[in-house]
Amino acid sequence: MNWLLLLEQILNGFQLGLLLFLLAAGLTLVFGIMDMINLAHGSLYMMGAYFCATFTSWTGSFLLGALLTLPAVFLLGVLVELVALRTLYTRDHLDQVMATFGLILFFNEATRLIWGPVGLVIPLPDFLSQTVEIIPDAPYPAFRLLIIIVGFIIAGLLYFLVTRTRLGMLIRAGASNREMIGALGINIRLLFTLVFGLGAALAGLAGLMAGPILSVEIGMGESILILTLVVIVIGGIGSIKGAFIAAILIGLIDTVGRSFLPELLDIFLPSDSAATAAPAIASMLIYLLMALILAIRPQGLFPPKGVGK
Amino acid sequence: MKKTLISMASALALLGAPALATAADAVKIGFVTTLSTGSGAIGEDMRNAVELAIEHLGGKMAGRDIDVIYEDDAFKPEVGKQKTDKLVKKDNVDFVAGYIWSHVLMASYKSAVDNGKFLISSNAGPSALAGKLCHPDVFSTSWQNDQTTMAMGDLLNQRGIKKLYIMAPNYAAGKNMVEGVERTFKGEVIGKDMTKFPAQLDFSAELAKVRAAEPDALFVFYPGRHGVQLLTQYAQADLAKTVPLYTAFTIDSLSLPRVGEQALGSLMTMFWSPDLDVPANKKFVSDFKAKHGTYPSHYAAQSYDTIMLINSAVEKVKGDLSNRDAVRDALKAAEFDSIRGDFKFGHNHLPIQDFYLREVVKDADGMYTTKIVAKVYEDHQDPYAAECKMN
Repeated sequence: MNWLLLLEQILNGFQLGLLLFLLAAGLTLVFGIMDMINLAHGSLYMMGAYFCATFTSWTGSFLLGALLTLPAVFLLGVLVELVALRTLYTRDHLDQVMATFGLILFFNEATRLIWGPVGLVIPLPDFLSQTVEIIPDAPYPAFRLLIIIVGFIIAGLLYFLVTRTRLGMLIRAGASNREMIGALGINIRLLFTLVFGLGAALAGLAGLMAGPILSVEIGMGESILILTLVVIVIGGIGSIKGAFIAAILIGLIDTVGRSFLPELLDIFLPSDSAATAAPAIASMLIYLLMALILAIRPQGLFPPKGVGK
Repeated sequence: MKKTLISMASALALLGAPALATAADAVKIGFVTTLSTGSGAIGEDMRNAVELAIEHLGGKMAGRDIDVIYEDDAFKPEVGKQKTDKLVKKDNVDFVAGYIWSHVLMASYKSAVDNGKFLISSNAGPSALAGKLCHPDVFSTSWQNDQTTMAMGDLLNQRGIKKLYIMAPNYAAGKNMVEGVERTFKGEVIGKDMTKFPAQLDFSAELAKVRAAEPDALFVFYPGRHGVQLLTQYAQADLAKTVPLYTAFTIDSLSLPRVGEQALGSLMTMFWSPDLDVPANKKFVSDFKAKHGTYPSHYAAQSYDTIMLINSAVEKVKGDLSNRDAVRDALKAAEFDSIRGDFKFGHNHLPIQDFYLREVVKDADGMYTTKIVAKVYEDHQDPYAAECKMN
């Protein structure tokens, strides 16, 4: 066992996990509070990446581009909520799936019309495109480290927002009992719009952070959306804390599994079959975990208060 | 007055064009490629090459119009098969062509040949279709998957690489490519990662393993969008200093505008390069560049050859496609000016051809492209041909 490698893989796991968390936080809020299945969350992630690529090429600076992207995606989210999703809250989940799937197609085609079929590149400033030796003798890409740091900061801010502020109180109340807070005279429409915008901005942030690693392309949101759905199901729908822990868990299991499973299987199996079985099993690991957790705790690891009891 | 006439005429031409193109006497070609998803740019490039080939032919094959019907496989085997079925049964095309992905081709080819259509692969070269499952009606204007990486294995030997790390996607072509390099590479393969395809786009875990394994070189096969991502992440991980990268089908003219800086000087093996000194190739590359402003990719080059091959057969039978044996013989003769120079088929209907070592360079206008450094193989035939029981 190579301990340096393990440590590096754990960092990689955290990086993937925190990226997933940024996506899952928004999705779980929308799902939990509005009881709304929003498949177009991945499209907002994609728009974040495209906006950032465009703003970066306009301003010549990645940081400036990123700062401009966040309010832009927030506004886009609000717009989508006002125009399309608002009418869907009272409909059943199948209608929501149909409508938001339509939004995915819309965003993908709109992106193709505006930016063309070839993807874009988000150029990084020099200090982010090098490596740093936070573990001695194991240089780690600086940008991935930045993702980890930003992920933790956002997680901290969200924790503060949800547990210490009035808006957070309303969000928690909404996740526990949606009808009741409406009955108490809270402007639930405004709350929904704000929460949706916030979720969109987080998705956009994830998109702009993922862009420089996984180039910016049409359809980039769909593959990661599946992982995000796994995260919120494991974490408990509507729970930020659950999303955080589940995201880190998924990130670690996926990365460490991919990395060490082949060696582990080599011990038990002839190396030919190990080489074919390992990638297949590694990509199943997280779904196995989801199946296991659904069997033991169908409401997820940390469901919001009053749900699933 | 003259202007009005011209615009009237062009309006008529526009309105009339679809009706003319689908006239009963047109040679119908179904072209299955990927036009949507992140890999849609490849299909776009292939379509551009097909259109250019038709332009060079003056829009006619043996006096008959040409009607190409493009279908998008959405990068999925099941969709590719559906589209092939549609082309064969509904559109009743004469030839089915295209196919970027080996797994899509494997799922689709039976739909074409079982219904008595000729199929010409413009890219995919799965081992099964070259060997055991070779079929009299299946042809290719590309290569068999193993060949390019066999050339790579020999190159690595020449360069004194002893310890090699391999990364490739876990699907039909990925496995062939890896087998190819392992066939000829004489050193030790100290690590091999087959990643989930097409879902996995983040290679951080694998690249960390590469660093820890300390190989003499890293060899990868990542076609399309995955290539861009691998190169970017390889650069961000700063691996270039310690582990040189060798690639196959990872860097092409579609990715070079995006990764040119990082890829400069990078080495790969291939049957073709834009600078290949062959008259047909020079004409193809310069006209393609003039029209689209970019170098054509090998996908485009192969697609151009596909149309030229079909044209040679249609010309040879004087436009009469009713005698299938005659058409098959005409296809097999392959009497056309290929972008790779001499073109001849092996008995399994895959080309026997040269393979070159190419390097990424900047051209006189500052555009990134590839240039041939050396010839690695002369008249190379794929290793599966022996398993093909066809004459």
